[in-house]
Amino acid sequence: MSLPDIDHLLATLEQQLNHYLQHHGISNPLLIGIRTGGVWIAEELQRRLSLSGDMGVLDISFYRDDFTRKGLHPQVKGSQLPDSIEDRDIILIDDVIKSGRTIRAAMNELFDYGRPARIALVTLLDVGQRELPVQPDVCAHSMALASKQVIKLSGPEPLLLTVS
Amino acid sequence: MSHPSQVQLTADGRLKHFLTTEDLSRELLTEILDTADSFISTQERSVKKVPLLRGKTVVNLFFENSTRTRSTFELAAKRLSADILNLDIARSATSKGETLMDTLWNLEAMYSDMFVVRHADSGAAHFIAEQVTPNVAIINAGDGRHAHPTQAMLDMLTIRRHKQQIEGQIVAIVGDILHSRVARSQIHALKTLGAAEVRVIGPATLLPRDIDSLGAKAFYRMEDGLKDCDVVIMLRLQKERMQNALLPSESEFFKLYGLTEQKLALAKPDAIVMHPGPINRGVEIESAVADGSQSVILNQVSYGIAVRMAVMAMAMSGQQGGEDNL
Repeated sequence: MSLPDIDHLLATLEQQLNHYLQHHGISNPLLIGIRTGGVWIAEELQRRLSLSGDMGVLDISFYRDDFTRKGLHPQVKGSQLPDSIEDRDIILIDDVIKSGRTIRAAMNELFDYGRPARIALVTLLDVGQRELPVQPDVCAHSMALASKQVIKLSGPEPLLLTVS
Repeated sequence: MSHPSQVQLTADGRLKHFLTTEDLSRELLTEILDTADSFISTQERSVKKVPLLRGKTVVNLFFENSTRTRSTFELAAKRLSADILNLDIARSATSKGETLMDTLWNLEAMYSDMFVVRHADSGAAHFIAEQVTPNVAIINAGDGRHAHPTQAMLDMLTIRRHKQQIEGQIVAIVGDILHSRVARSQIHALKTLGAAEVRVIGPATLLPRDIDSLGAKAFYRMEDGLKDCDVVIMLRLQKERMQNALLPSESEFFKLYGLTEQKLALAKPDAIVMHPGPINRGVEIESAVADGSQSVILNQVSYGIAVRMAVMAMAMSGQQGGEDNL
């Protein structure tokens, strides 16, 4: 399977996110990346959009709904968020959206830190196979993935997409 | 009975019960500390709970009283969103003649998922771990003179957070080593995690004869043992030891083995002082040291909850690992 070029995807994401922020009148967004791939994308977007201020990192290990089946991730690194997310416009970023369960876990965790004004979801890729009614607001590329295929982003230097 | 280190691990080497620090790998001990580190950040939020053990039932099975340890396990379980049942066994079922196994079977019939066990007999938690059904996890909250692994791990976390690493540190443990399950668990963990030297300091009547085989070095005088230490761990003195003539009077013990500012000055200037609590001020430690800038005693209490959350979560999950392919 051929995968889209990562630089092209990032440029598309930057353009679409910029448009989203302008359209919704968001001048002071808080970018929060979901570990691990989402953090790399968030860092890239923070730089490309020349956003000042803190960026957040979310580790959803303690919020996964498959904990009792798969166990705790052996390398939980923890979340790092600014002092307050209360009433902030949050741009939640992940590399790939598949079932939607990671995003559900991420939103559950975010609400344990405070009540944001809004959460928008940005993903680099949408590979379908949704199991929950969660859709990205901004997505650079949608593609079909066979049920047993897994797509991975490695990085951060260089960012590289692989499918196995 | 098989060895605790075999019982407490799954076939693929993950934590199933937590009975002892003995024979656990450096990787697994480090994983407990890393996970606990992550839980510290959740404890600093306004919402301190995470949903990991939602719907699970944890039973605090205390055959021996300990308000502090029981409270931290209770808080840890609650902050993992578990339901918790506190049973003061000494005052309830077994005092009415029920056997230990009957008590356990009844608790299992109530669909309990985890027992936190404290018992005056060494090996009690291990025995229970061998009897319960495979889906029940056992956490040892102190058994006889044998082990108190979560206390040892919270001490390891305290050292790592305040000294950046355990590797290379010179650690002195002071007081009643002979009767201390905490000291035994600490020595095992410190050796595995790469401490440069583990010293034990106390009167000859309270130092085990086989201390060398545990990998610790015995000192009978504070003035010798504290020199150049990075970490000083004071143990709580149990006053019944004095009544049984294993020790001189409280004032005599304080004179010889109590930690004063003067004696602490023998250790490195940035040495940290630890104590599992509750403190006997003026017996093990003087107030100026307990409340001083080198004391991390209250930090130990905070870290204790995070460590217990980590151990409970790891044991409950069976640690199968997971792929981020959601």
